[in-house]
Amino acid sequence: MADLKIPVTTKDHLQGNENAPVIVVEYGDYECPHCGHAYPIVKQLQKHFGQQIGFVFRNFPLAELHPYAESAAEAAEFAAANDRFWEMHDSIYENQEVLSESLLLELAETLGLSAPALRESLNDSEFAPRVREDFLGGVRSGVNGTPTFYINGHRHDGPFEFESLAAAIDAQL
Amino acid sequence: MSQILQPGIQAPDFCLHVTPDQKLSLSELRGTPVILTFYPADWSPVCGDQMALYNEILSEFRKHGAELLGISVDGAWCHEAFAKDRHLHFPLLSDFEPKGEVAKQYGAYRSADGCCERALFVIDKRGVIFWSYCSPVAVNPGADGILQALEEMQK
Repeated sequence: MADLKIPVTTKDHLQGNENAPVIVVEYGDYECPHCGHAYPIVKQLQKHFGQQIGFVFRNFPLAELHPYAESAAEAAEFAAANDRFWEMHDSIYENQEVLSESLLLELAETLGLSAPALRESLNDSEFAPRVREDFLGGVRSGVNGTPTFYINGHRHDGPFEFESLAAAIDAQL
Repeated sequence: MSQILQPGIQAPDFCLHVTPDQKLSLSELRGTPVILTFYPADWSPVCGDQMALYNEILSEFRKHGAELLGISVDGAWCHEAFAKDRHLHFPLLSDFEPKGEVAKQYGAYRSADGCCERALFVIDKRGVIFWSYCSPVAVNPGADGILQALEEMQK
């Protein structure tokens, strides 16, 4: 079974308790329908486990399959630089079916971020290195599709449904 | 699971269709490290697809000078449509007639299912198998093992 090779650090986007007994890491693609399916399940897990888990999201855009996955990932990193990562992350998944570059700009404005600044950032590929770093770290850790979850560093090879993920988390508590 | 060919063995040569009107032999790639990935079938579910994943990692493989070849029992026309749909930038070989003959030589054929195993081979410049791995057919093995093998091979 594959293990997480890149430890969770303060560079990561972590939601919930950073000192929780269980850290869940997701490698995800904003345009991937399976990731879209997993999005509310993660919310459900967070509600169910509360302070017992911390959740980390890392970028794994499959850009050849999903034309907007890379810009969505870079837009979320742009939002992170402005302290709005999770708001952007959530908004993208909640609007996944109509994902486009103009949607990303719209979402930025809704979050009080500058759309022209985001456009410039995307044109300059400002956050492409960060996204690529996440991606390559995922490859090293044996990410084998999206989404791939790691529960306390161990790749979760079961289904990414609530019961299966909750059982894997419970096993670590 | 069948017993796949192990490191140290000369990789059996083959000559298979890579497009409907072109063939490729392993021996043509002598002097280049080759990643040979047997997989069960084209058109498996999109986001967890092994070939689509490797396609995204091609630049990393090429940093090691390695060529990636996919191989399944699907026909050349099927491969062509699949590669086009998924924007694949590496060749897919058809082990189509006689069906699975090459996969059998590598110990990577599932007779009961009539398709290839999910088996990976990293072959060195001399055509010798440096590393091999057979994954449970339902589990996409990812690319970490391949990259590790390519690094070790360069040492």
